[in-house]
Amino acid sequence: MNPILLSVLIVAAIGLLAGLGLAIASIVMAVPVDEKAEALEAVLPGANCGACGFSGCSGYAKALSEGKTTQTALCAPGGSEAAKAVAALLGLSAENVVPMAATVLCRGNHTNTGTKFDYAGVQSCKMATQLFGGSSLCSYGCLGYGDCAAACPYGAITVCEGVAQVNPMLCRACKLCVKACPKQLITLLPLHEAKAAVLCRNKDKGGPARKACKASCIGCMRCVKACEYGAVTVRNNLASIDPAKCTACGKCMGVCPSGCIRLLGTTAGVQS
Amino acid sequence: MKLFLAILMTGILTENFVLSKFLGICPFLGVSKKLNTALGMSTAVIFVMVLSTAVTYPINQYLLVKNGLEYLQTLVFILVIAALVQLVEIALKKFLPALYNSLGIYLPLITTNCAVLGVVLLNIDKGYGFWQSIVNSLGGGLGFMLAMVLFAGVRERLESCEVPKFLQGLPITLIAASLVSVSFLGFTGIVEGMFGS
Repeated sequence: MNPILLSVLIVAAIGLLAGLGLAIASIVMAVPVDEKAEALEAVLPGANCGACGFSGCSGYAKALSEGKTTQTALCAPGGSEAAKAVAALLGLSAENVVPMAATVLCRGNHTNTGTKFDYAGVQSCKMATQLFGGSSLCSYGCLGYGDCAAACPYGAITVCEGVAQVNPMLCRACKLCVKACPKQLITLLPLHEAKAAVLCRNKDKGGPARKACKASCIGCMRCVKACEYGAVTVRNNLASIDPAKCTACGKCMGVCPSGCIRLLGTTAGVQS
Repeated sequence: MKLFLAILMTGILTENFVLSKFLGICPFLGVSKKLNTALGMSTAVIFVMVLSTAVTYPINQYLLVKNGLEYLQTLVFILVIAALVQLVEIALKKFLPALYNSLGIYLPLITTNCAVLGVVLLNIDKGYGFWQSIVNSLGGGLGFMLAMVLFAGVRERLESCEVPKFLQGLPITLIAASLVSVSFLGFTGIVEGMFGS
């Protein structure tokens, strides 16, 4: 036989065999892919932030499709839209999602507090905390190196005058900043309901707290007496407000001598 | 038996694919940053090398040599190895999901690795029989693993060193690789000494 024809035939035959073999193998040995999980993953936002408690969006979709969880409202970045879509796919009634936004519980900016020493190390809150709890006079307060801002995938956090601030319009409540803050200053609060909150975490007694920061909670109990609904409690020289009981009347705000109580969540209706 | 051992030791030490023949440098530099990934990659390489030798040997012997078409070796082998790796990947996914998850990402990477093609072609150049070829591929794969593991260790040390700025990154990696390669020159003649062949 013509050697050119033979060589072409041999290579073509091997190619054809390999192609056919692969085609048959992909049909015969196809691994069933969970279609429900794929559909669920498509409606989730794909941020892979882990706020739901599973390993990323695909993990949550898998857990939902396999019935390991029936909670459809775990996705914080997706909010109520994602919860509705997930519930519709699973045939469950949609759980009500309360939109949340992160809040930094500190008002210790440059005018309210000062520094104990000059810190010249690595510009990160985590590293700065290692050295005497940070250079801020208040050992509970925001250090302002922006670990939370670096952790935020949505660019919602900026450091302004030494205190991190969250833009509630951009926040999607993924809790990455909550995990990043070495001082545990960030918490999630309802976005659309006006509530009073104590923007301080200082547990020192009145005198030392006052010296550390002008805007610190000194545990004076005035807000407790002012509240008609019993929403405010003081523990360890630090007031806290139960959002379930708070009606946002603003009386505690009026009597607070250091001004660390603020009405939050007044952006109702602006977002969405 | 002595011959097989000699072939194996030659493949691992004196004719190490990465450090003496400079084949498969891409995964050697790319996947050797961590010990775990280096081990995973080299396991996949051993697996594919042995398997592709087992498949290409009969094709070469009974199809190409018989028809006097040795010049098609490179073309046919690339085709066969690529198809084979794909097939193995599909089969592993179905039957051994655990192995697939640990090898999975590395299998497609070695489909077109020159070390795999190299071992197959060198087996033929050296005139090995079927079992000798298999042993040589195993040795080549183990040698790849040895080089990867050694170099992963070197690179983990490099991480904590203060490298001058103009050498940071790839330059220092290449210098380190060449030093490791030089050290393998020391094995020259060791197999002849051990097995007297």
